[in-house]
Amino acid sequence: MKIKQLAVLCSAAALLVSQPVLADINVGVSLSSTGPGAALGIPEKNAIALLPTSVGGEKINYIVLDDGTDPSAATKNARKLVTEDKVDVLFGSSVTPASLAMAEVAVESQTPLISMSPINLPAEKNVWVFRTPQHVNLMASALVEHMKLKGVKTLGFIGYSDAYGEDWLVGIKPMLDAAGIKLTSTERFNRTDTSVNGQVLKIVASRPDAVLVVASGSPAALPQSSLIERGFKGQIYQTHAAANPGFLKVAGKAAEGVIMPIGPVVVVDQIEDSHPSKKIGQAFVKDYEAKYGAGSFSSFAAYAFDAGLLFKAAVPAALKKGKPGTPEFRKALRDALETEKEVVGTDGVFNMTPTDHFGLDARGRVLIRVDNGGYKLLGK
Amino acid sequence: MDLQIAILLGQDGITTGAIYALLALALVLVFAVTRVIFIPQGEFVAFGALTLASLQGGNTPATLWLLLGCGVAVAAVDGLAAVRRGDARRLVSILGWNLAYPLALAALFYASQPGAMPMLLQILVALAIVVPLGPMIYRLAFQPIAEAPVLILLIVSVALHVTLVGLGLLFFGAEGTRTPAFSDAQFELGSIMISGQQLWVVGTSALLIAVLYLFFGRTIYGKALRATAINRNGARLMGFSPVFAGKLTFLLAAFIGALSGVLIAPVTTIYYDTGFLIGLKGFVAAIIGGLASYPLAAAGALTVGLLESFSSFWASAYKEVIVFTLIIPVLLWQSLTSHHIDEEE
Repeated sequence: MKIKQLAVLCSAAALLVSQPVLADINVGVSLSSTGPGAALGIPEKNAIALLPTSVGGEKINYIVLDDGTDPSAATKNARKLVTEDKVDVLFGSSVTPASLAMAEVAVESQTPLISMSPINLPAEKNVWVFRTPQHVNLMASALVEHMKLKGVKTLGFIGYSDAYGEDWLVGIKPMLDAAGIKLTSTERFNRTDTSVNGQVLKIVASRPDAVLVVASGSPAALPQSSLIERGFKGQIYQTHAAANPGFLKVAGKAAEGVIMPIGPVVVVDQIEDSHPSKKIGQAFVKDYEAKYGAGSFSSFAAYAFDAGLLFKAAVPAALKKGKPGTPEFRKALRDALETEKEVVGTDGVFNMTPTDHFGLDARGRVLIRVDNGGYKLLGK
Repeated sequence: MDLQIAILLGQDGITTGAIYALLALALVLVFAVTRVIFIPQGEFVAFGALTLASLQGGNTPATLWLLLGCGVAVAAVDGLAAVRRGDARRLVSILGWNLAYPLALAALFYASQPGAMPMLLQILVALAIVVPLGPMIYRLAFQPIAEAPVLILLIVSVALHVTLVGLGLLFFGAEGTRTPAFSDAQFELGSIMISGQQLWVVGTSALLIAVLYLFFGRTIYGKALRATAINRNGARLMGFSPVFAGKLTFLLAAFIGALSGVLIAPVTTIYYDTGFLIGLKGFVAAIIGGLASYPLAAAGALTVGLLESFSSFWASAYKEVIVFTLIIPVLLWQSLTSHHIDEEE
């Protein structure tokens, strides 16, 4: 008898306690803040802490988990966030394989997902998934334009042997063909490799005019310095994922002169004042560095912050259609994410459409050159 | 592919192979003496390299605090036992090694500028910090379960690996570092360019292997370790303590690991978790040696290094697959030919 009373009391108490929680908007975040992707995940995690804690009078709870750069852990996290924490939206993850894993859960549970990694998905799965970084093709086209301008005829390719490397290769191949640039060799390496001399030798032996390195953060420094050590004199291109202080620190002098496409936020002080993201970007970089130390900012932090801004822009419209915690709210949030126009992020302006869930246009990218250990904006 | 490229790849393979050989030797040694499959071997590589890097950056390496922490734990466990037995001399030696020594190192940092030391001194300090962790870890993690089956030792070893990698991230952060080369010298041998650093790696490895050979063949401690490896109980009856054998083995393993780390830090970028993969490749080499034969393990390490370097040229996307597939025919061969006598039966 007593136990029954206790049970009733407990469930009543639980109901009372959980009441305010139900009204809040819950954001489930899974990031690679440990493991090989930690250089991406840590600034992203830092940026989440700077996001607004209330929108339109609703309190927002951020539940941040770590997936250790492991796709199966990312799946587990996403499932836990969706079923136990009943989140209204998912953010994550930092690297492509883990983001793909989260996308599966997002589609299955019909929860909108904003990814910090430029993942490619088939159309039917794409419905629930949005991204903040630039689409690989947007960045690749900027590079190919630069190659054409400089008269590059042959290109060597060395990239990660994972989805990020593959996306770039698949994305840039048709553009290179169209521009009449020949790929002389296609090499692969892993984030954890201690030597890429074999791959680099093969590339150098094929005598390309330029080399494209597709890697992220400090592991991108290994092919960079190996190419310089082997006496490669041509232009080296890196991708936007390499643009972080870790890469510059590890590559050191070898990084001088490298060209990469990047979000405008990284060189926010150098972009023209008329750029829509200039003000908000400068404010974010200032806040971030005030909290985490001067020079700690990297573009990954902006990806996470923009996920928050996209979400924030979509909340008011979604609140009109449903209460947080319900499937209707999640559906409305997804619809709002897709239909909001000219959402100004720190890294460009987002215009999502049913066919484009990246949303950034040419305002979301610039080309930079590494100059004296810093970034220098290249003119148009 | 011309001769020039083959030679460059061969050089690269031998340099990495030399490091794998050192690690394979350490793994074989630890397994033979204590039956522990020492997965955290790679962490000593990373700790050695990153400790040196943070010394050069003028920082106090966080491994020093780990050393202090482990020292306090060992002093507490062993010191209490010594007090109970009323063994004053032992107590002094325990406190000296586990408390006074780390504190002296810490005092050294307090008193001097590690960033301004000459490189050789920095390397010695880095080794002085990382190497004593070996016996301390043995005391804390393996000595209490020294008689347990191999599987339990392996599980503890995995747990230790996960803990140390986590601590590595906490200590050194997610970004990798590279240290300056020991020498910028370049030697030309006909058409072949040999960098000074490659010579350092191969030379030091060869020297260390020779020293280990002499140690095991000529010194009383080396012979005692060999005796323990062949028959633990027999060695014990001859008055050689298995506890001491374990500590000595882990001291050697930690020394080899940390030294390997210091050697490759200028050649490649070291991350807090790089050690695992390097250790794993050393492990493949050790398996080729049947976890028992030192010369075979060293030969296996060179094979792994060369295979890795050539496969990264020919089929870079399948490099790791090729290297780790090597283990299958080797295991097949060994299971067909070896007469395995299980000690636990």
